Amino acid sequence: MEKFTKIEGVAAPLPMVNVDTDMIIPKQFLKTIKRTGLGANLFDEMRFNQDGTEIESFVLNQPAYRNAQVLVAGDNFGCGSSREHAPWALLDFGIRVVIAPSFADIFFNNCFKNGILPIILPQEDVDKLMDDAQRGANAVLTVDLETQTIQGPDGGSISFEVDPFKKECLLGGLDDIGLTLKNETKIGAFEAEYASRAPWL
Amino acid sequence: MSPKTLYDKIWDAHLVHEESDGTSLLYIDRHLVHEVTSPQAFEGLRMTGRTVRAPEKTTAVPDHNVPTSLDRAKGIEDEMSRIQVEALRQNAKDFGVEMYDVDDIRQGIVHIIGPEQGLTQPGMTIVCGDSHTATHGAFGALAHGIGTSEVEHVLATQTLIQKKSKNMKVEVNGQLAPGVTAKDITLSVIGKTGTAGGTGYVIEYMGEAIRTLSMEGRMTVCNMAIEGGARAGLIAPDEKTFAYVKGRPHAPKAGNWELALAYWKTLFTDKGAHFDAEVILDAAEIAPVVTWGTSPEDVLPITGTVPAPEDFEGGKVEAARRSLDYMGLTPGQKLSEVEIDTVFIGSCTNGRIEDLREVAKIMEGRKVKDGLRAMIVPGSGLVRAQAEEEGIAQILQEAGFDWRMAGCSMCLGMNPDQLAPGERCASTSNRNFEGRQGRGGRTHLLSPGMAAAAAITGRLTDVREIV
Ligand code: SF4
Repeated sequence: MEKFTKIEGVAAPLPMVNVDTDMIIPKQFLKTIKRTGLGANLFDEMRFNQDGTEIESFVLNQPAYRNAQVLVAGDNFGCGSSREHAPWALLDFGIRVVIAPSFADIFFNNCFKNGILPIILPQEDVDKLMDDAQRGANAVLTVDLETQTIQGPDGGSISFEVDPFKKECLLGGLDDIGLTLKNETKIGAFEAEYASRAPWL
Repeated sequence: MSPKTLYDKIWDAHLVHEESDGTSLLYIDRHLVHEVTSPQAFEGLRMTGRTVRAPEKTTAVPDHNVPTSLDRAKGIEDEMSRIQVEALRQNAKDFGVEMYDVDDIRQGIVHIIGPEQGLTQPGMTIVCGDSHTATHGAFGALAHGIGTSEVEHVLATQTLIQKKSKNMKVEVNGQLAPGVTAKDITLSVIGKTGTAGGTGYVIEYMGEAIRTLSMEGRMTVCNMAIEGGARAGLIAPDEKTFAYVKGRPHAPKAGNWELALAYWKTLFTDKGAHFDAEVILDAAEIAPVVTWGTSPEDVLPITGTVPAPEDFEGGKVEAARRSLDYMGLTPGQKLSEVEIDTVFIGSCTNGRIEDLREVAKIMEGRKVKDGLRAMIVPGSGLVRAQAEEEGIAQILQEAGFDWRMAGCSMCLGMNPDQLAPGERCASTSNRNFEGRQGRGGRTHLLSPGMAAAAAITGRLTDVREIV
C-alpha cells in the first residue's frame, strides 16, 4: 500500500448526502479482476452521458478540479455495498483524502486499506471546507496525517481525529496481513483451545 | 460477571488478541466468497506467496454475474462476467476451496446458500465480501460484510482486524397486522433510524413480532441491517433456529449436535445488559410500505403520498429534490397511483421459499397485468426445485411470471437482467439507489406480497386490497 504522510492538493466539493458506492463506481465496472484502471469510471453515471461524453456541470469535469486530490462531501459518504472498487476508483483517479461529517462503516475501513484517508469532521468544519473547495483551483488544502491537521487556502487550520493503529498503518504503508501474521502463534493457540470448546466446528 | 449482550458474548468467544487501544483480532468461523469481490484477494495471495489458512472454512459460489436464463449451461456470453466466474473456479481449485458451480443445484445467492447448507450456525462469526452478509445474523451469528483487502486477510489468517462496535437494540413489540411482513418491519426501522442511524452499531432485533417471524422472515429483517448503516444485525437463536439448522449438510452431526445445542442455548442477551441505543416500535403500527426515493430510508406506507423536498431538513432537501427528479414523481401524488413497468421478485432479501409461497398464494387464479414484465428469480437452485415440487412454480408461470434460474439478477443488474432508462420496477430487493437495477432505472422497494399485488394491477398497490 502507498504511504500517506502529507498531501497538498485541490479539494473538490461534492455537497451531497448519502453518496453510495453504486454512484462512486457503478456495477458494470465491478467485473474487472484487477484493482487498477477504475479511475476512468469513477462516478460514471454522474460524470458521463450515456454516449460517453462528459457532463460539463459535474465537478470533476470542471478544469479546476480535474486533478483534485481531496473530496469534500455530505453525510454518510460511501453507503451501500462493500465493494472495495469504490476506494480503488477514487485512488486511481487521484483522490487521497475524503472529508465528510460521517461515513459508512465498510467504506471507511476500505479506504485505510488503500492509502486513502477518510476524515470525519463536525458539520460546521465541513461547511467551511466546502466553501473553500468552491473556490476552484485556488482551493488547495494541505492534509498532514502526522500532525492530524488540515490547512486551508487562507491559512486557517483544522485538526482531526484518527484511530492510532490505522494512522500508523497509513504512515508506514503497512501490510495488515504481515502485521497479523506476527501474531500467528496466538492464532494457532486460539484454534487449539477453540477446538476443545467447540468441537463441532 | 457483568451481564452481556448477545453481541458481547459472540465477540468474546472469538477474540484472539486485543491491543491496548481496542484494536482486536477476531477469529472467523465461516468465510463465504463470490466472484465479484474475491479475484483481487486471491491474486494478492499469489503475489505474496501466501496460502489459505483454513480452506475448509471457506465456501465459494458465483451469483452476481451469472445469467438466470434457462439455457445458461451453454456458458456466459458477456466476456468480463465469464472471466470473473472462471477466475473464481480457478481460485477455488488452486486454493482448495469448495465451490458450488453454475451447474450445481446448490448454486445460488451467497446469503441464501449459507443457511440452506447449514454453513450458517448460531454463535459463529461469518464474513463475506458483500454487505448483505448481515443476513446470517438471523441465526444469532455475528455476520458482516468486508472489503476485498479483508477477504484476503481472512483467507490468509482466518482472522479479521476489528474494533468492537456499540450495542443497539431494536425492539418490535406486539403483533403484525395481516398483510404486513418482515420486509415492512425492516424498511420501517430504516425509515425511522435513517440509513446512517446504525453506523457504529451492531443491532439486536428483539420483541414479540421478531420472535414470531419464521427463519426466512428473520433473514429478511437482518439482511437490511446494513441499509440502516449497522455493521451487523442479530437475532437470538431459539427452537425455530435449531430446528432450521438440524439435519442440513454442514450442521453438526450426532454427538456433536448435543454439544453445539447446549452452547447455542446460552446465546442470548443477559438480563440487565447495556445497550448504547434503543429503538422501539409497535408492530401494530407498521403498515405495508414502499420506497419513493433513491435511498432505502425514503420509505412510506402505501397509503401515503409522495413528499415534497421542503418536508425535509439539511442536506436531505437537495437529496429529496434529486430523488424525485430521478424517480419521475411529483409531491402530493398518491403512491398507490404510481404505475409500474416491471416486477422483480428475488434477491437475498426475498428470494427464499417462503417469499415465493407468499407470491403464489396471491397469484393463484390471477394474472400479471397485460404488458407488464414480471420475473421471479429463486434465491438458489434448491429453492427453485422446491418451488417446482410444491407446485408454486406452475402457479407463477400460469399467472404470467417469467420463472428463472438462481442468482442475484436484477437486484443489481450485473448480468443481463436490467432495467432500461426510465423503466419503473416494483422490486423485492434491498437497494433503490440511482442506477442500481440498470442506468436510469427506477426502483420501488417492497415486500413479495406487495410486489404480487403490483403485478396484478400494474401500479403500486396495497396488498390488503387484494387478499
Ligand atoms: S441479491 Fe442483491 S444484495 Fe443480495 S448479494 Fe446479490 S446483489 Fe447483493
